[in-house]
Amino acid sequence: MNAPLSLLKMRFLMGLQYRAAAAAGILTQLFFGLILIMIYVAFYTHNGEAQPMMLKEVVAYVWLQQMFFALIVLWQFDGELFGLITGGNIAYELCRPWRLYPIWYAKLLAARLASASLRCVPVALVVFILPEPYRMPLPASPAASLLFILTLLSGLLLVAAISMLVYISVFWTMSPVGSVLMIAVAGEFFAGMIVPVPLMPDWMQTFAGLLPFRWTVDFPFRVYTGHIGVQEALAGIGIQMIWLAALAAAGQWLMGRALKRVVVQGG
Amino acid sequence: MRLYFKYMSILFKSQMQYRTSFLLLCAGQFFVPFAVFAGMYFLFERFGGLTGWTFHEAALCFGVIQMAFSLAECFARGFDAFSNLIVRGNFDRLLVRPRGTVIQVLGSSFEFTRFGRMLQSAVVLGIAVNGLSIAWTPAKIITLLLMIIGGVVVFSGIYILAATFCFWTVQGLEVANIFTDGGREMAQYPLDIYAKWVTRFFTFIIPFGAVSYLPLLYILGRADGPDLLCMAMPLASLLFLAPCLAVWRIGVRHYRSTGS
Amino acid sequence: MSLITLTGIGKSFKVAKRSAGFREAVKALFVREHTIVEALRDISFTVREGEIVGYIGPNGAGKSTTIKIMSGVLVPDTGSCSIMGCTPWKDRVRYVRHIGVVFGQRSQLWWDVPVIDSFELLRDIYAVPRNICSRNLDMLTEMLGLADILRTPVRQLSLGQRMRCEIAASLLHDPAILFLDEPTIGLDAESKLAVRDFIRTINRERGVTVILTTHDMHDIEALAGRILMIGKGTLLYDGSLSELRSRYGTQKTIKVDYKVSASPIDVPGVQCLSWSSGRAVYTFDSDRIDITELINRLSAGGELADVEIGSRPVDDLILQLYKEHRV
Repeated sequence: MNAPLSLLKMRFLMGLQYRAAAAAGILTQLFFGLILIMIYVAFYTHNGEAQPMMLKEVVAYVWLQQMFFALIVLWQFDGELFGLITGGNIAYELCRPWRLYPIWYAKLLAARLASASLRCVPVALVVFILPEPYRMPLPASPAASLLFILTLLSGLLLVAAISMLVYISVFWTMSPVGSVLMIAVAGEFFAGMIVPVPLMPDWMQTFAGLLPFRWTVDFPFRVYTGHIGVQEALAGIGIQMIWLAALAAAGQWLMGRALKRVVVQGG
Repeated sequence: MRLYFKYMSILFKSQMQYRTSFLLLCAGQFFVPFAVFAGMYFLFERFGGLTGWTFHEAALCFGVIQMAFSLAECFARGFDAFSNLIVRGNFDRLLVRPRGTVIQVLGSSFEFTRFGRMLQSAVVLGIAVNGLSIAWTPAKIITLLLMIIGGVVVFSGIYILAATFCFWTVQGLEVANIFTDGGREMAQYPLDIYAKWVTRFFTFIIPFGAVSYLPLLYILGRADGPDLLCMAMPLASLLFLAPCLAVWRIGVRHYRSTGS
Repeated sequence: MSLITLTGIGKSFKVAKRSAGFREAVKALFVREHTIVEALRDISFTVREGEIVGYIGPNGAGKSTTIKIMSGVLVPDTGSCSIMGCTPWKDRVRYVRHIGVVFGQRSQLWWDVPVIDSFELLRDIYAVPRNICSRNLDMLTEMLGLADILRTPVRQLSLGQRMRCEIAASLLHDPAILFLDEPTIGLDAESKLAVRDFIRTINRERGVTVILTTHDMHDIEALAGRILMIGKGTLLYDGSLSELRSRYGTQKTIKVDYKVSASPIDVPGVQCLSWSSGRAVYTFDSDRIDITELINRLSAGGELADVEIGSRPVDDLILQLYKEHRV
């Protein structure tokens, strides 16, 4: 299994090349975060009493979103992979001596990790020292911080599995944009990327609970702030695992079907 | 100019060749900002209002900025996509033609899929106007149009600055996104909800404020200053555009002395 | 009367250094190193109206840089240039109206629409009067055989067809000078011949001055009366092809086929290039060795089935020149 590791390393190195892009990206995250927080501050000033989430928790939520953006966002375009699917070169991939699902999965993970690792630390360095009310709060407890890392990582695995499904769907739609679009817009909304899940109307929260998306963003972030307690967090990890297994299995099965189609049709 | 429309029609024909892809992208351009608008709606519902603004008033602001942004994204796309042009070495092609660089870059790319976002903005504006009881006079309608045009000018200016940046390095271009996407996200909420320094920066340096805030107050009948001033404020965006074009010329000169 | 005059043109570039490996990549995050590359040094030449000039040199020698300076795209560091009375980079918009440029590997046509649409837009860009443009278009269509492909989108054309359209596009506005940067690269034999033929005709009948950069020596042989050779940024040779031949080209090759396998003949002053059963290839200096005598000597080795004498290929001449100047 050395191949995925070397792929990971190569992607990582490629990511490091673009230092100016990284710096710009960090500034972008910071700016967006500040704007969002200012909007929330205005809302909370207007009517901050008795909301399902406190302003502090929303601030943490916003900054975590910015810090780990690359890990959680569904709008990811691996042009290379899309080219393989829509073009004919998938034949080359099938000739390689490894199974396709784990390799592509590793590629997606590596791309996200490389992106995120460049952005995460610098952003974190800044947001912990900002003046109030923009400052990033510390985790609710040592247990919370540990659980946060666990839930975030398993959330990442889940995101990659969802992402794989998007890529696999392109075998049928033959349109990268179409596939990404449909899942990304809805997925990001119900993950809590536009509005934190607890701030949504109640009927919508129930609906979001049925989908896997919130387990990638909303769940780990609220573990961090302590909004979700330790017990609930541990149970949540279980649910993440169940979703992961289900989506990965579905992905592998669908991919098998798709590749058979490709071979039958001559690619 | 006639030439600009000729460019537009040839590129429209180009993009129409890929119909499904076009429609899908259009749809995307509709739903993505609409999700953000939905977010705004739910937040207003949850919090009951925003300091001094009702949902429909904020929606009006939202719609204007989104419309300006989508128009700029469509028609000034040449500058937005300039990094592509430079990296492929195609800027030399433009220099070999007997026309100014600005018109040629503008003519080099149009993104008609932004029509999706334009549609979304129209829907939002419709919702806003419907929910507000404004006594619409010709003056107010002109102000609204000027707001949109002024917004287009501001966004275009930012695109031109970002494109000029490409002459030095193609990396780090994301910084421009802070001001285009970031500027949009910020300006789509009424400007006075933000901290003082934000308001000041985005009124005097990158004049979103001139485009969306004062004229908005005028339309809503809450303006302090003289009417004509509020109406004409969006024209201040031209004061922003002029330096952007000057910087562009410096960039072209740099390119021509250092090569690609 | 010189149409084109370059005097002492010099140009240098700053190039960033990029190294491999993990540590280097991280270091590059903080510090970028540069080297200065001198692309052109003291380039001077003149071109008269109606000439066809072949501009050759190894890759990276400075050909493209010179073309970019002459077409007004690039501003040189030193030196002066006067083309049709204009300084290309100073009077860009006014000057460029009278030149046509074809960059071999980059297209100036719009990709997804029919060729004719691109032509029409170019007509508007160059502000060519309609009647002149249609007259030119008719002539170009006939000469380049474009009638069938005018309505085809560019992306569906083969490389040969596309190149013919590119050349047509660059002539719609009646330019006085045509700059061709590697126009036959990647073309099939038929298209190459068509392009060469066309350039010759357009030069002869319309008096268009042509500056042509190429790696294909057959292009040079077919077209260029004059060669400018550049290597490592300096002009190494400025003269005609026949001059080059007489200077270096007295070497000839002779290929003999024997009816019956024989052993190779050793002839003084003649070098045997290759020997296989039945065929021998020799190279000799036609100034010093008499051909008749050489054939006589070679036929002593056996009955000759075939004799072929060839000039030294132009490629060889050029390589010799490169070697001499160590580029």
